[in-house]
Amino acid sequence: MDLAYNQQYTEFRDELRSFLETHGSESPPAHERGKPSSQAVAWQQKLIEHGYAARTIPKEYGGYGAEPDILEAHIIAEEFARAGVRMGHNGDNRLVPTVLELGTEEQKQWLIPPSIRGEMNWCQGYSEPGSGSDLASLTTKAELDGDEWVINGQKIWTSGAQHADMIFCLVRTEPDAPKHNGISYLIFTMDTPGIDVRPLVTMTGEAIFNEVFFTDVRVPKDQIVGQRGEGWFVANNTLKHERGGLGDPNQAESRFHDIVEIMKRETIDGQRLIDNPVYRDRLLKLQGKMLAMKFNGMRVLSHFAKDEEPGLPRWIVKLNGCELNHQMANMAIDALGELGVLYDDSAHLRDGGMWQQRYMLDLGLIIGGGTAQIQKNMIGERALGLPKEPKYEQQA
Amino acid sequence: MDFALTEEQRMLQDSVSGYLTNTCSIEIIREAAAAGQAHNTMLAQGLAGLGVTSILVPEDFGGVGLGFLEAALISESLGAVAAPVSFTSTAVMAPVALLNAGSEEQQEAHLPRIAAGAAVYGVAVTEQIGRRDSDGIQAADGKLQGQAMFVLEGMDADQIIVADSIGALYLVDATEVKKTALKTIDRTRSVAKIEFSNTPAELLPGSASSREPLLAMIDAGRVMLAADTLGAGQKMVKDSIAYAKERRQFNRVIGSFQAVKHMCAEMAAELEPCRAMVWYAAHALDAMPDEARLMACHAKAHLSEVGQFVARTATEVHGGMGMTDLLGLHYWFKRIGLDRQLLGAPELVREEAALAQGWL
Ligand SMILES: Cc1cc2nc3c(=O)[nH]c(=O)nc-3n(C[C@H](O)[C@H](O)[C@H](O)COP(=O)(O)OP(=O)(O)OC[C@H]3O[C@@H](n4cnc5c(N)ncnc54)[C@H](O)[C@@H]3O)c2cc1C
Repeated sequence: MDLAYNQQYTEFRDELRSFLETHGSESPPAHERGKPSSQAVAWQQKLIEHGYAARTIPKEYGGYGAEPDILEAHIIAEEFARAGVRMGHNGDNRLVPTVLELGTEEQKQWLIPPSIRGEMNWCQGYSEPGSGSDLASLTTKAELDGDEWVINGQKIWTSGAQHADMIFCLVRTEPDAPKHNGISYLIFTMDTPGIDVRPLVTMTGEAIFNEVFFTDVRVPKDQIVGQRGEGWFVANNTLKHERGGLGDPNQAESRFHDIVEIMKRETIDGQRLIDNPVYRDRLLKLQGKMLAMKFNGMRVLSHFAKDEEPGLPRWIVKLNGCELNHQMANMAIDALGELGVLYDDSAHLRDGGMWQQRYMLDLGLIIGGGTAQIQKNMIGERALGLPKEPKYEQQA
Repeated sequence: MDFALTEEQRMLQDSVSGYLTNTCSIEIIREAAAAGQAHNTMLAQGLAGLGVTSILVPEDFGGVGLGFLEAALISESLGAVAAPVSFTSTAVMAPVALLNAGSEEQQEAHLPRIAAGAAVYGVAVTEQIGRRDSDGIQAADGKLQGQAMFVLEGMDADQIIVADSIGALYLVDATEVKKTALKTIDRTRSVAKIEFSNTPAELLPGSASSREPLLAMIDAGRVMLAADTLGAGQKMVKDSIAYAKERRQFNRVIGSFQAVKHMCAEMAAELEPCRAMVWYAAHALDAMPDEARLMACHAKAHLSEVGQFVARTATEVHGGMGMTDLLGLHYWFKRIGLDRQLLGAPELVREEAALAQGWL
């Protein structure tokens, strides 16, 4: 057990801290929606120059070109969270690593530089009305016609499609193959004729995701990543890059500290919430869960740093982390009480209504990216070795 | 930065676990439970031979001088087999008290005996955490008066470390007191009521004007109980998974039913982060004094909550069999149940966590 970082990392952390102190105020607001503002693009540019974004993307594709180092990546995440400054990005965190690993040289040069600068924005076209958790049953199809794919079908829950320049999309190209082997991974621009994007308003009142309809959408034949029929594996390959990913413990810790501040600041009948033993006990229970996940995260990180597969400690991160974030948002709302259900631009609204947003959006993260129930299936079957369910036989 | 056990730590845990799996069978547990004999001397000697009782005792006193993380790994292994043997009080809390507050003579007299596994040490501190059915202990002129409840290993102890009403610590010869066994649900550890009447007691001088030695001893004990729950919980999850793969109903193994699979997944998901938490809390006792108290409180409270969930869920996975004496899973259910209440139930310990971070 050695929790100290060696000099290389403490210097790295110190530099980053002073960078954040000097420049943190230039970062765009945390929940900006839509296409990145010019402020966001400038911030990203600055981060890439200093090596705090696109750090390990090779220079030839516009990145900073450092060797991958999981501890540096962790320090960056930790310090941005601590400073409450919006992180930079590596382009789309699913698309860019996929293209880097499996794309052609031409695709890399075309897609990576503008993606990491925030000038080419992506959406993920996986889910369909009939294919959510059972994604591999998807039916949007693409047929080859000369040098072009012709795509017909529908995607749904496509986050950010209304602002996106590009889509990476799973389509069925081999209708006769078994379901996992008949899918291909295509990339194309959102202004291709035949694409119809219809925003879906969520419970927050905003359109976060969309329905996307494809009618005879024609896409050049070479805009495929990997081979025909390998799309399922191309898409899953990305998952191994998702280390921080959903349920990130850094976020949980900084949110927890925000809740402590609320409870020290807000009063009922003149009594601070933190002085009320019932609210306080609930806060302390959450702290216990948060700490356990934080230390679990350190354990996972140390495995990765030694190129080891962490196993169970990693399998549980999405399930526990997203649940914890949601419980924290609930706690903040309950601490605020009636003030916690004020909305929009109401008088007396606290923290810009951020907790109200989180309380709803965090539920979306429990559902999206593999629901809690699917996570439990995976933990049970892959980590604990329990048998799969028998196949359901259609009754005549 | 490496948040992981060292090779030596893994080897230590493997050797203790290996010994215990071979010797501490369910029959040993049943015998201990039936006889009301919570300290099996055969096991105690075997463990002493592996260095278990000398774990925290410095080399100068004949010990191996390792840290709390090593001690926690041992505690976890003991919990995993529900070992009827004194560990938390004898091998951890007593040496912590002696090292922090004992005089040189006291250290010389007691630490080598602890290291050799030659004596059992009880600990009477409950009144300093939450008093029930007791007015606590009064000290005057080297004599103790009063009654201590829930004394750890009180029945088997040769010596008892006792906190008085202001938190000063005393050593008492156990032959000089009146002991009454408090039968708990868990028969693998002994808990006693101890009455003192003009009982001669030796003050640990370092505790005369500071509560720190008392609190340090409680912190260490809490982390050990958390580790014990971790081990016991792990055993219950493992058994549940094995049972779910084997037991058949409706022509399928029950582990293929999602309800059962999800019970197992939830237990694993709740318990796995607890391992990292116990490591961290134990390491904080060794190396991060600023965080040690807060982490000890959280480890104790969080493990108690998760332990309770695992204990009931694992029993449910086993159906009616889970309730039976025949299967014996109940020994771990009860072990976790006792761990939860000793040295502060979660509600009490969380209040101390609030105090430790300046919220009160
Ligand atoms: C905020 C948000 C953003 C999203 N963004 C995108 C995006 O950008 N691109 C994209 O492609 N998709 C996106 N999604 C879609 C997301 O991946 C799906 O919602 C998710 O995979 C679940 O699919 P579903 O909605 O069809 O639910 P269903 O699969 O119909 O699930 C309904 C319920 O049934 C349960 N269930 C289903 N199968 C099983 C099973 N085998 N065992 C046990 N329970 C089961 C589920 O857990 C759930 O409770 C987003 C979703 C949300 C909420």
